[in-house]
Amino acid sequence: MKAIETITGHVSVLDRDDVDTDQIIPKQFLKRVERTGFGEFLFYDWAKEPGWELPVNPILVAGRNFGCGSSREHAPWALEDYGFQAIVAPSFADIFRSNCTKIGLLPVELPAEACEAIARAGEAQVDLRDQEVRWPGGSAKFEIDPDVKHRLLGGLDDIGLTLQQDEAIEAYERQRQRTGPVTTAL
Amino acid sequence: MAQTLLDRIWDAHEVAPGLLYIDLHLVHEVTSPQAFDGLRLAGRLVRRPDRTLATADHNVPTDGTPVAERIRDELSRVQVQTLERNCAEFEIPVYSLGSRHQGIVHVIGPELGVTQPGMTIVCGDSHTATHGAFGALAFGVGTSEVEHVLATQCLVQAKPRSMRIHYRGELGFGVTAKDLILATIGQIGVDGAVGHVVEYAGPAIESLSMEGRMTVCNMTIEGGGRAGMIAPDQTTFDWVMGRPGAPPELPEQWLSLQSDSEAAFDREVEVDASAVSPMVTWGTNPGMVVPVTEAVPEPRSEQDERALHYMGLEAGVPIGEIRLDRVFIGSCTNSRIGDLRAAAELVRGRKVSEEVYAMVVPGSQQVKEQAEREGLNEVFVQAGFDWRGAGCSMCLGMNPDIAAPGERVASTSNRNFEGRQGRGARSHLVSPQMAAAAAIEGRFVDIREWAR
Repeated sequence: MKAIETITGHVSVLDRDDVDTDQIIPKQFLKRVERTGFGEFLFYDWAKEPGWELPVNPILVAGRNFGCGSSREHAPWALEDYGFQAIVAPSFADIFRSNCTKIGLLPVELPAEACEAIARAGEAQVDLRDQEVRWPGGSAKFEIDPDVKHRLLGGLDDIGLTLQQDEAIEAYERQRQRTGPVTTAL
Repeated sequence: MAQTLLDRIWDAHEVAPGLLYIDLHLVHEVTSPQAFDGLRLAGRLVRRPDRTLATADHNVPTDGTPVAERIRDELSRVQVQTLERNCAEFEIPVYSLGSRHQGIVHVIGPELGVTQPGMTIVCGDSHTATHGAFGALAFGVGTSEVEHVLATQCLVQAKPRSMRIHYRGELGFGVTAKDLILATIGQIGVDGAVGHVVEYAGPAIESLSMEGRMTVCNMTIEGGGRAGMIAPDQTTFDWVMGRPGAPPELPEQWLSLQSDSEAAFDREVEVDASAVSPMVTWGTNPGMVVPVTEAVPEPRSEQDERALHYMGLEAGVPIGEIRLDRVFIGSCTNSRIGDLRAAAELVRGRKVSEEVYAMVVPGSQQVKEQAEREGLNEVFVQAGFDWRGAGCSMCLGMNPDIAAPGERVASTSNRNFEGRQGRGARSHLVSPQMAAAAAIEGRFVDIREWAR
């Protein structure tokens, strides 16, 4: 995963609330077994509507509860492959937010007024270390889980980090009173 | 200090701060191939194949195709065969197409008895909250996390906030678990539970069957919740014990899996269960829902207007006048034997409307076998329903079961998003009983009146 420090550039705007992952990447594209190449199918049906415009920029400003619905990581893959590096929105769906951080696509939660100001400004800089978004005429601080921030700043491999705790995992497995069902014994 | 059920399960599974041990990892063909690729690239193994279980469900045809290599759609075939190969390579038990235990991942876990109280369960699918009906902490994850669990049997997780939805009163005649959860989402909104694990409580929950409880927990994600859970009780224990994966004796720990009476939740919501009617969604998310006795509401936002336009509906049209082209009884929300029995009861001796194509897709091969032993398939077929094989089917239309553009569907599934059941298809979410009656009449009816 690429390390993130700052993301600077023009913003694209999708002014809709409750955008679900079925819209971000419809199901017919989930049949692929690869992780790449989803960008061209981003918002596949909406992109055919008259007046649709979503230029390729580093930053996407979106509406409330962005990414609700299915857990498909194909949605962040498609957004990232399309060219977005950060998504700024008043709120995100939980699984979507988590999926974004796993691939280095930065979800930034800001109040609706700040999102609107950034959309109007047309450009912004997202500074992960300072947890701040700056745009011509304004700035706003954002919250992020310290652990997630650390991983994103370092571009760290989650699995590699967890495997360093192998002894703790083994100790946990040894000490358990009940181990639960054994799927290989059914 | 007083603890919630969430606290109890969380504390029992924290390997280290922020690192949660996963007792059961369910795997399916759509969200796993890239995770297995990741393992291979890094030279990693699956840490606990014996805590992992796979099935093919999202993509599989429901037309009786016997094995993966006979799936006609090339991409689907490749995906299912990829799952089979990956599971063989990493020694994970898999119930693929052709297995007697194949089925929707959230149907087969409980059915096999591997879903048990007090466990942590994850799957690369947002409806994993279904398993919370057993007093487990169960939630959906993305493909990177699937890979993480395969490699480490753990997940890096910040503890979610806790929320309790307490139901006052009991459900009325003809009102089901599906109506209860649809009404709840209508009340709290599709992002009402974001960031929270929801515990459902109250007499209306306690008197639900396990299947009803699964229906409620299943749709937690549609209210934005990370997971849904219900404290296990005798109903739960009776359901689990005796199944293949169940322990030989009732574990004592299961008896203490409740929230303490003085435990504090980050958020509490009250819902009047006795006031809930059979519900029908009118829009393009599950929160856009009204009782069957009402009319399509006036739009209150641009989003509502867009939804009405997509659905081809106008405000003020009584729900009972909405005519249907298709009826789908199935999905991880409502495809268990109890759902099929309830629907069959209503269609027995009746005929599906000539305007309607209706299908029943059992949640698993085991559900299908059981239904056939009881003769439910005959009831459905004689009424004019198509009786299909097990899988996710038209809930998300990754297999050939899709609606045509503009077609209107009464569906027992969980999502009425634009294009979900086929590009341009218009979905109305309802209970199995409401769907069955709608198939007969060709329009929505209030089953409380109709069933008499």
